[in-house]
Amino acid sequence: MSATGDGGFWTRYVFSTDHKTIGKQYYFTAVVMALFAATWSMLLRLHLAWPQSQWPLLGKLFPGLYEGGVLLPERYLSLVTMHGSVMIFFVISLSLVSGFGNFIIPLQIGARDMAYPFLNMLSYWTIVPACLLMLGSFFAPDGAAASGWTAYPPLSALADATPGEGLGQTMWILAMALFIASFTMGGLNYITTVLNLRTRGMSLWRMPLTVWTLFIASIIGILAFPALTAAAIMLLLDRLGHTSFFLPTGLVMGGEVLPYHGGTPLLFQHLFWFLGHPEVYVLVLPAMGIAFDVVATHGRRPVFGYRTSVWALVVIAVLGMIVWGHHMFVSGMSPYVGEYFSVATVLITAPFSVLALNLVASLWRAELRLTPALLFVLGLMAAVAIGGLGGVFLATATSDQYLHNSYFVVGHFHLMIAVVTFFTIFAGTYHWYPKMFGRQMNQTLGKVHFWLTVPSVVIGFVAMHFLGMGGEQRHLYDPTAYEFLRPIQWLNVFISIVMFVAAAAQLVFLGNFFGSLRFGARADSNPWQGTTLEWTTTSPAPHLNWGAELPVVSRGPYEYRTNGVPSGYLPQHAPPLEVARATVSAS
Amino acid sequence: MSTSRRQTAEIVGLIALFLGLTAFTVVGFARDWMPPVASRHGVGVDGVIHYLFDATGPVLVLGALVLSWFLWRYGRGRAAGSPATNARAEFWWSIVPVIGMMAITEVGVVVKGLPVWHEIYAKPPADAVAVEVTGQQFEWIVRYPGPDSAFGRVAPEFVSKENPAGLDRNDPAARDDIVLRNQIHVPVGRAVNLRLRGRDVLHSFSVASFRVKQDVVPGILGRTLFVPTTPGRYEIACTQVCGMGHYRMHGAVYVESPEEYRTWLQHQTGWLQR
Repeated sequence: MSATGDGGFWTRYVFSTDHKTIGKQYYFTAVVMALFAATWSMLLRLHLAWPQSQWPLLGKLFPGLYEGGVLLPERYLSLVTMHGSVMIFFVISLSLVSGFGNFIIPLQIGARDMAYPFLNMLSYWTIVPACLLMLGSFFAPDGAAASGWTAYPPLSALADATPGEGLGQTMWILAMALFIASFTMGGLNYITTVLNLRTRGMSLWRMPLTVWTLFIASIIGILAFPALTAAAIMLLLDRLGHTSFFLPTGLVMGGEVLPYHGGTPLLFQHLFWFLGHPEVYVLVLPAMGIAFDVVATHGRRPVFGYRTSVWALVVIAVLGMIVWGHHMFVSGMSPYVGEYFSVATVLITAPFSVLALNLVASLWRAELRLTPALLFVLGLMAAVAIGGLGGVFLATATSDQYLHNSYFVVGHFHLMIAVVTFFTIFAGTYHWYPKMFGRQMNQTLGKVHFWLTVPSVVIGFVAMHFLGMGGEQRHLYDPTAYEFLRPIQWLNVFISIVMFVAAAAQLVFLGNFFGSLRFGARADSNPWQGTTLEWTTTSPAPHLNWGAELPVVSRGPYEYRTNGVPSGYLPQHAPPLEVARATVSAS
Repeated sequence: MSTSRRQTAEIVGLIALFLGLTAFTVVGFARDWMPPVASRHGVGVDGVIHYLFDATGPVLVLGALVLSWFLWRYGRGRAAGSPATNARAEFWWSIVPVIGMMAITEVGVVVKGLPVWHEIYAKPPADAVAVEVTGQQFEWIVRYPGPDSAFGRVAPEFVSKENPAGLDRNDPAARDDIVLRNQIHVPVGRAVNLRLRGRDVLHSFSVASFRVKQDVVPGILGRTLFVPTTPGRYEIACTQVCGMGHYRMHGAVYVESPEEYRTWLQHQTGWLQR
């Protein structure tokens, strides 16, 4: 292990096995991928607001996408597909689960590193070619994949179905396969580390909720991802080996009957959503966990309902595995099965309400410190409430008959797996930046970032629900092609303008993030007076995290203003109460 | 500004933000965005949507008020009581929303939703108008069984520009089948039993005004049922991404009076008899 500690540049910063370095590598990779995916979304919003306009300058900047200054319909679909795939798997997963997860798990449970440091490094270096394949697919002869992030066959299985379904789609599948391999390595590492490497006294019921959520998310991921692996392999075989897993008899394309027999496209949808739905929880649960940690630290009180929250997480994990069919109510699946999925899906509102309301109740009798980290968690509460209740409309099969594949869906999933997760990524960044880089981010700029971001993104995505109520479908290159959508086209203009503000606000964040690396005020080991173990070591933490002695835990993770220290707090490693009272409450 | 006044100003701003976002959401949802409903089960679908709005809207408002109160009370630097764990409070804080949300949502799915769901997928009545729609890139091929009331045989190998439905010339039942592109004519007030076929990629047949949406899956004969209630022209949209022409894969359903429909039907000739 010493190679990473005092080795040269390559072993220290590039092929590092140190979980903190790997966490940062994931985080920075996600930032780069986010710049791409956000830029694509801006091009999409520009086009959707003014589908008939010409943009000669953009045509010069992106010659492959535009023709005569107009975004081509097949490129529009490629941009939508790539925006979704990259954001979900290569931005949010990478920053939230892989980035923060790698960085924080060993620090919060008192471990010197991950259980398998080499596997950890391998997992990161498997993601790099996956990213390159994804981005590189734009240079495939007929462009990047254009079948949506769900890649439903036959569209995704037939190279001639539409531009982008040639090499571009093959590269997309290979990139996803590499992503799954990497994510599986990471998940195994998280589970093993949490189970085996907790420091003395760190029982499961003393783990911070961030660790709990990452632990449960990893278990969900390990169980759900193999279904997508299987689907990806079968899809690849259908494409390259002319098998017929997802391709039925009697397909006709270009006047030719294709030589496929006996497969069914619905099989892919089942396999895809068997992963796809749990994947939502793989992203949302760690977001909630980080939100709990932030609200406890900056609200100066124990989280409300720690144990009920953990049990709610477990129930969500179990239910989350058996409700995938709610994405398929109108797919042609049996309506009886659809009704089962509907009944089961809305059950999730129960544990999810417990989780969300415990977060809100964690403000009760708090002493709030309005840091950017806490502000973004407050923003998350607003987004979770609207997104969660909006989800009920889609989980109910009968109302989904109308709302399925409309902008209501687009608005809903952006609130849940874009807004909720991004707000937590921001909160986590403001919260752990001192531990990651030994400096503070500028708090005023953080507040500017909050005030520009939260109103714009929430209003923008809520307004997408209205578009969906009006009947506008997703993946729609030109909404004005439909007469009944023309009266609500103004909503598209409104949403785009609001989203441009939201995107511009992220420049404030990026400026603050990179500027603070150099100009931020030096942070001490525990700038927020936190209780969890990451605050017991220096900022930034050294290689192997602590000196000769690992911290020993003698209490739960959130002892703020309780147990005889009404104005103070007891870090997890503080010795038993009698000894601690004298020292900590005085400070 | 002193620190405490500044913090109070921030808290007021935050409360205004959260109440404002909630108001935007509630007022926006309350506006009637949906195109006027023009089918019988569509009224039921709208009923479920309105029920869910009426049931979840107050929950959202209540949540925003609680959040605002917490911010006002605990955000301005005033001393708060002990936040120590209180098992009773935790129990009630969990059990009430669990029961409340289960009741709201399962009433929506089962009590309100299931009868309408049944209407969509029920066995069609005997006098239903049978129409077959085939989705292909990027158009809707519409077929009526013709005077013999029986759909003739179709097969992929017969599909061509001249024979878009792929009718089998050797099947007598296929002789009188009527084939149209991107337009469906139906009489008002009678059930339409829609048979759905796909032959290339996935499509989804949807008519917003009817609250009808059903995927078209190659290899599976799909079906859906609706009763148009208002004469007029209604746009068909493809709502499952199907390639570069997805956005222009539209058509129209013409809902006509029974007489108009009968006249229209009499003027059609079988595709193979033209």
